[in-house]
Amino acid sequence: MKRLVPMWIAIIAGFVMLLSTFFPITESLGETVGEIFNVVAAIAFVLGAGSLAKVNLAKISRRDQGWGYAAITLICFAITLVVGLGKIGVPQSTQFPLLGWSGEKDAEGSIFGWIYEFALVPITSTMFALLAFYVASAAFRAFRAKNLEAILLLSTAFIVLLGRTFAGVVLTGWLPDWASGLRLENFSVYIMQVFNTAGNRAIIIGIALGVTATSLRILLGVDRSWMGSGD
Amino acid sequence: MSKFITILEGLDRRWIFLAMAISVAGPILFIGITGKTLPETPTPTARAVYREIEALSPGTPVLISFDFDPASGGELTPMATSLVHQCAARGLRMVFIALWPLGPQLIDETIKRVILADYPNLKEGVDYVNLGFQSGNEAVMKVMLTDFAKAFPITKNGVAVGDVVALKGIERVDNFPLLITISAGYPGAKEWIQYVISSSGGKIKMVTGCTGVQTPGLYPYYPVQLSGLLGAIKGAAEYESLVNSSLAPKDTSAAVPAKYLEAQRRMGPQLGAHLLMIALIILGNISFFAQRNSKVRATS
Repeated sequence: MKRLVPMWIAIIAGFVMLLSTFFPITESLGETVGEIFNVVAAIAFVLGAGSLAKVNLAKISRRDQGWGYAAITLICFAITLVVGLGKIGVPQSTQFPLLGWSGEKDAEGSIFGWIYEFALVPITSTMFALLAFYVASAAFRAFRAKNLEAILLLSTAFIVLLGRTFAGVVLTGWLPDWASGLRLENFSVYIMQVFNTAGNRAIIIGIALGVTATSLRILLGVDRSWMGSGD
Repeated sequence: MSKFITILEGLDRRWIFLAMAISVAGPILFIGITGKTLPETPTPTARAVYREIEALSPGTPVLISFDFDPASGGELTPMATSLVHQCAARGLRMVFIALWPLGPQLIDETIKRVILADYPNLKEGVDYVNLGFQSGNEAVMKVMLTDFAKAFPITKNGVAVGDVVALKGIERVDNFPLLITISAGYPGAKEWIQYVISSSGGKIKMVTGCTGVQTPGLYPYYPVQLSGLLGAIKGAAEYESLVNSSLAPKDTSAAVPAKYLEAQRRMGPQLGAHLLMIALIILGNISFFAQRNSKVRATS
């Protein structure tokens, strides 16, 4: 029962969505399934929050390595949840002045807005910016011209890296118009539009065929691995 | 030479981090002090984005989806600024949505930075509207294909979409002649192409601004499913220069505000970082071949 019900929900929903693409008469059914999915997706946020609390609380109670970070995560989560749901510091909406809690949760002056602007934005931007340092370190240690394929890859990388900056214009801008295709900025575009497109299209078509086969297996109830082990 | 090779072999990665910091910070400081930016030559994909927006007549509704979060803001915020700048200058009806939870805040910031600051005559709810975030990823796109109001029943401010003038005549997503998505991953440009553009039968065109990581994966869709593409900060800088040159005030002595030069300003640090990367790859390979030669010599 535990596995049968989800399997049939998936099969019915999958077939409805599939049919609604090809037969206009089933379009409204597909729309209904889509709406149900949107509601389920919203509920998934609650499940996600529950899972986050469960995993981190378990870490703290077991005193696992780095349990302090788990505690910080939970404290930040609780603070954000309370100030967001409680709309603490949110000014009253000018559009609906008679309704309580009608202001936007992230309005100017709200604590939620403050957390977004002064904690979330700098933290996420910093995390993303750190990639530049690790990529540089990896470039020094890992990109080796070991064989022909690696040499081709490195040459392409050089052309694209230079072509995507003003260095390309400085280095090859002197080339005459009849050879303009060899200017690094143009050559990098050519690489992206021809070689990259060809390779990517092959991958996309391969993936599409794989997705079709996997979807059919799920829809026919042959593949049940998506439900997990059931433990 | 051998001493140099020895230094390379034992190079602490903290020196590399320092070199990266200097190569990025140097141009940032230089551009910040002098205000000078590097010239840009727009590529066909950036020109196509500009052309598609410019082809719309004033009052035409455009759907602008903010499918990113502040982590990708470095690359995508300048694009968002320029795209909204061109749409506002063109007098298009802008309908903002987000399929990423942090998108609505980024929409508000862009509205504040561009529309409220430079186009105060545009009215919220009439000339532009922020419909906020909707969970469900591709399912939201599918619902929008049949009933737009079901996917986004209220605006971010809590007003029913039926009462919003900016959404007059919009029943389905294909009532928008143009979809602009600023995309950092999933769900994003690729899903819009797969679920909306492919299903609309050519009724709706799409242009996108995306991160550098996504760009190679989106080229295969250009120019059929995707009418224009801004790839990473380079694409943003090209497009920004196009928009700035077309919207330049008649008084040429007036300086372009810094907020409309963000992408071009970021091309300086990008140049420094790219040159450092190339230098590091070359140095790494010198060290690699030197090590290999010494091993060959030792075994023979």
